[in-house]
Amino acid sequence: MGQTEAVTVRKQIVVDVPIERAFTVFTDRFGDFKPREHNMLGAPIAETVFEPRVGGNIVDRAADGAECRWARILAFDPPDRVVFSWDISPQWTIETDPAQTSEVEVRFYAESPVRTRVELEHRHIDRHGPGSEAVFDGVDGPQGWPLYLDRFAALLKEGR
Amino acid sequence: MDANQDADGWGALADGTRRAIVACLAEGPRAVGQLAAGLPVSRSAVSQHLKILKDAGLVEDVAAGTRRIYRLNPVALEALRDQLDTYWRRALAGYADVVHAPIEEN
Repeated sequence: MGQTEAVTVRKQIVVDVPIERAFTVFTDRFGDFKPREHNMLGAPIAETVFEPRVGGNIVDRAADGAECRWARILAFDPPDRVVFSWDISPQWTIETDPAQTSEVEVRFYAESPVRTRVELEHRHIDRHGPGSEAVFDGVDGPQGWPLYLDRFAALLKEGR
Repeated sequence: MDANQDADGWGALADGTRRAIVACLAEGPRAVGQLAAGLPVSRSAVSQHLKILKDAGLVEDVAAGTRRIYRLNPVALEALRDQLDTYWRRALAGYADVVHAPIEEN
């Protein structure tokens, strides 16, 4: 099994709207469709704002005004593509070290003037920490650990 | 270390001694004494570090007679991937609902 595949989640969906609308709904109304039980505020979310520019954030705001900026917008190319970081640790807390964050790319393809394919790729999941390589390569014995260790060391160096 | 670092599991690796412990465990499971023997810190310090790594989900321990053997937790990332897979499956299903809903005229 390829390592890239093992640490990547891919999804796609076809929607019956023009590409511009597919893109706008995804970014403008992200808070309306993301799974609700996942948030780090410990309070009901009043709104989620997807700031429509490179350098912006995806921000959850609680009713009490607390904010959680859990993604950085890395690319914003309407209506074709958006890329953002996933600054959430496996324990659902904010990850402050960019070297330990993964990345989500969403691409929009016009299959017709009224039909759009949306492809989502959540990649570099292994950056969130050690432990993935041996599992995903099916190497679960002592002989697998040196390989894993090399990768881990490389990750730590990148994090400096 | 502060409380935030404890809560943030992977932040547990910000400490050099803990990275050294993880590196040792990457070679194979070890007891506390074995880890302490290879590191320039006391056995009780190693225990403290192991507790943080364990709380962070990076390390797990199993009883072996009167000792506890520590090893890296190989399933943490697999679990994370599963979690994200579910997250995006549900998000895209919700997205389809929203995108296909009639446009509201305000």
